[in-house]
Amino acid sequence: MSEAIVSLHNIRKRYTRGKQHVDVLEGLTLDIQKGEFVALMGPSGSGKTTLLNLIGGLDKPTSGEITVAGQRLDQLGSGALSRWRARHVGFVFQSYNLMPMLSAQRNVELPLLLTHLSAAQRKANALAALTLVGIADRAKHKPSELSGGQAQRVAIARALVADPTLLVCDEPTGDLDRKSADEVLHLLQTLNRDYGKTIIMVTHDPKAAEFAGRQLHMDKGALAESG
Amino acid sequence: MKYFPLIWATLWRKKTRTIFTLLSIVIAFLLFGALETVDYAFAHPNTGTSGANLLITINKYSITLSLPFSDEQQIRSVPGVTAVTWFTWFGGYYQEPKNFVFVLPIDIDSYFSLHQGDFVYDETQFQTFRNTRDGALVNAQLMKKHGWKIGDRVGMHSTIWTQKNGSLDWNFLIVGTYDVSDPTQRNQQASTFLFHYEYFDEGRSFGKGNVGWYQERVADASQSAAVSARIDALFANSSYETKTQPAKDFALAFIKQLGDIGFILHAILGAVFFTLLFLTGNTMMQSVRERIPELAVLKTLGFTDGDVLGLVLAEALLLCGLGALLGLAASYGALPIIRLGLQGVELSPLALLPGFGVAILLALIVGLPPALRAKRLNIVDALAGKH
Amino acid sequence: MFKQLFAITIMNLQTLPQRLGASSVIVIGITGVVAVLVSVLAMAAGFHHTLADSGRADRAIILRGGSDAEINSGLTREDVDVISSAPGIAKGADGKPLISNEIVTVANVPKLDTGTDANVTLRGVGLKLVEVRPELKIVAGRMFRPAVRELIAGAGAVKQFRGLSAGSVLHMRNADWLVTGVFTSDGDIHESELLADVDTVGSSIERDVYSSAIVLLESPAAFPAFKDALMTDPRLKVDVEREPEYFAAQSKDLTHTLNIIGNSVAIIMAIGAMFGALNSMYSAVAARSVEIATLRAIGFGGLPVMLSVMIESLVLALLGGILGGALAWLFFNGHSVSTLGAAFAQVVFQLTVTRTLIVTGIVWACLIGVLGGFFPALRAARLPVAEALRAS
Repeated sequence: MSEAIVSLHNIRKRYTRGKQHVDVLEGLTLDIQKGEFVALMGPSGSGKTTLLNLIGGLDKPTSGEITVAGQRLDQLGSGALSRWRARHVGFVFQSYNLMPMLSAQRNVELPLLLTHLSAAQRKANALAALTLVGIADRAKHKPSELSGGQAQRVAIARALVADPTLLVCDEPTGDLDRKSADEVLHLLQTLNRDYGKTIIMVTHDPKAAEFAGRQLHMDKGALAESG
Repeated sequence: MKYFPLIWATLWRKKTRTIFTLLSIVIAFLLFGALETVDYAFAHPNTGTSGANLLITINKYSITLSLPFSDEQQIRSVPGVTAVTWFTWFGGYYQEPKNFVFVLPIDIDSYFSLHQGDFVYDETQFQTFRNTRDGALVNAQLMKKHGWKIGDRVGMHSTIWTQKNGSLDWNFLIVGTYDVSDPTQRNQQASTFLFHYEYFDEGRSFGKGNVGWYQERVADASQSAAVSARIDALFANSSYETKTQPAKDFALAFIKQLGDIGFILHAILGAVFFTLLFLTGNTMMQSVRERIPELAVLKTLGFTDGDVLGLVLAEALLLCGLGALLGLAASYGALPIIRLGLQGVELSPLALLPGFGVAILLALIVGLPPALRAKRLNIVDALAGKH
Repeated sequence: MFKQLFAITIMNLQTLPQRLGASSVIVIGITGVVAVLVSVLAMAAGFHHTLADSGRADRAIILRGGSDAEINSGLTREDVDVISSAPGIAKGADGKPLISNEIVTVANVPKLDTGTDANVTLRGVGLKLVEVRPELKIVAGRMFRPAVRELIAGAGAVKQFRGLSAGSVLHMRNADWLVTGVFTSDGDIHESELLADVDTVGSSIERDVYSSAIVLLESPAAFPAFKDALMTDPRLKVDVEREPEYFAAQSKDLTHTLNIIGNSVAIIMAIGAMFGALNSMYSAVAARSVEIATLRAIGFGGLPVMLSVMIESLVLALLGGILGGALAWLFFNGHSVSTLGAAFAQVVFQLTVTRTLIVTGIVWACLIGVLGGFFPALRAARLPVAEALRAS
């Protein structure tokens, strides 16, 4: 029986614009176990990205408790949250979000700048991550010289390089063609099965969701399980 | 620093824009270096290491008026004065008015005793100089400039002193050369042409027995003001009142009469840097605005708000620092050109030092607003495209 | 073509407020260049006016031969007598030749701004002053009397030095002099001077030779004969010049230096401003690449597009030029400045922002604007249309 690595309890997230407010999440409760691969699905505006941001420590709940890897995120100040994020979360975005002026290798090294590793160690770790995702041969290329699928893999390498507790992916295959999407999804699956990475992925593509071990549906801020 | 590759790469994101901005900064600092050098030179007239205990005595009303030769004895007897010598302005040029020569009639004994150790010369040439009535001892650089040789006869035109035969052209025999011991004084003496005061005094058709100004050496530099006052007291209420002051003050007072050069130079620099501020500030703001999504990503990776602020500031510092370095180096390289326009003025690279302070200030002013913007950006909004 | 050009230009200018930041960079950069250029050249122009525009073609100045300036020259009474008998000199109301024998020396007077002493030219003038220099007008007080220690002060000197108003007493060379009046003389160099009776000045400095003789001729055409008579006279060794030439030579060096400084600094600043303009226009073109591509797709030609970008740059530059000229005029026109003249005394002159200077400034501004806009304009014209549209 594995421990819940992510635990949300009675989470509410309210956005206020002037006099109006929108409750995107209301009283949401969720547990995710270590080593799970969870797919989060739902129509746009359902709050799935909001949920993802909360789990990843990019945002704080209006009320409720979030515990990730034993740490109460809702209690951390913004500086501490940053440092926590660096160590515990790796992000993968729909539009890759690589630095256009850095090579693939330098992009992957970015999270390591926040550690005390030496330059040589940073380089070695970055190359190891790139090898893991299968594009070590593209290490010196700039993002503009990579295809969509290759860029996303670099992004995944960057997300992995600091050996985070969680991998958080927001529509990772949204900008990719069918073939590249499949490759990326297979990669994520391998990372989960062979390396035991806990992955939480938001997607609107049912085919992508099939790669996950557990599927959650969100609608108007409420969760429902399926599969 | 380990962040350098990131900052450097960020700087060159838009190559042409960075190059143009950098060039503007380089130019501004080139001007800064050039104008500051000129200002510094005027504000710190170089009277040399031995200048600290040198005094100059002139006619109180103007250096164009003379003093009697009889003053010499009285000045010599003033306590604190260790040596006295005298000169008169010759107003000389060689062949054409643009070839200015500092033709200086000197009393050899008192001059060289007052300036003991300042000059380097051949002893034999010096003795010949002593014994040749119309002989001249010429500064080595001046010799080279006009291609003269020892044994040449040269004519010097005076714009003031007619000789007894009515001519303004004086004839000399070059019997030796001399050089300056202290290399920093080289420029000052580079046009000097020394000859006998007796030859001058006897040859001129008017003003005989008069002197243009006196130069004194005092035993103790800290006593300069007191000794100056004592000398002036000797001649107060006579028909030839004097004004005595340390050599450096004399130079400064003279420069002051040229006008408020410092103000003009600094006003120009002010205009230059104000416009530069605008230009660079705009570039930095633009650059950060374009990079908001990337800055947000850095924050997701775990860079704190403070880290991101630091990165933007470092970028500004790198840009301004690089531009300043290149610009100041260029102005240093341009020193020879500036020297051409300001002959006889000692130029010092020390003037360039404030430039680095200015560069840092510039970087902070143009870097802070975009850096704060970067610090404050909200990750979620920025990633969602709302910024 | 012009219809297209007009349409695009209007559209550009209308959207200008959106690009305020980048646009103001061009304006401000050029304002700086023009303000500095015009100000420094105004100094040169002012100095030149004071000196080189001094004097009349029918007035001659005689110095001892070989002296390049009055302060170095010495004419004896005999010399002056010989000179006054030369042909071509105008005669005064009393039938005597209009010649003013003058002595130039300096006096120490405290400056208004610093309080420290500076040299002012004290000129002793002959009795025929008023007739030899008809442009001289007493604007306050009265003329000095001969044989007493009285003087009149030039309007320029009054602005730079303390204690020169009519009725004040000046302590010079251990004697008290009464300032009886203030005079103007068409803004020429004599307005920086103090004038008094020549013999009084001479005895006060124990000097009995004159510095120069100023002669009013019957007409400008009388000069050659007059000069010839003096140069061939064996009793004299003199230099004879028309006043304007003499003063022009005096002002040459400083005017030359100021012009060089002004132009050098301005060129350097202009290069910097041009880089700024290039930056701004490139970013302007990039920001509107979609609009430009759309226009091209619709059918607007490359040339109107290119010209419209250059016009935009030009308009902004022009604005900067006008602003710069206006600033220079506002702050410095008429501003009184003094510096060291030939006699080691202060020469007062006024910064003059002339129409020519403002036009010069605007021409520079336009040049920078055109150069700064050219390459970005070229890029706008050559934008690959399909690519730009796809990017949106």
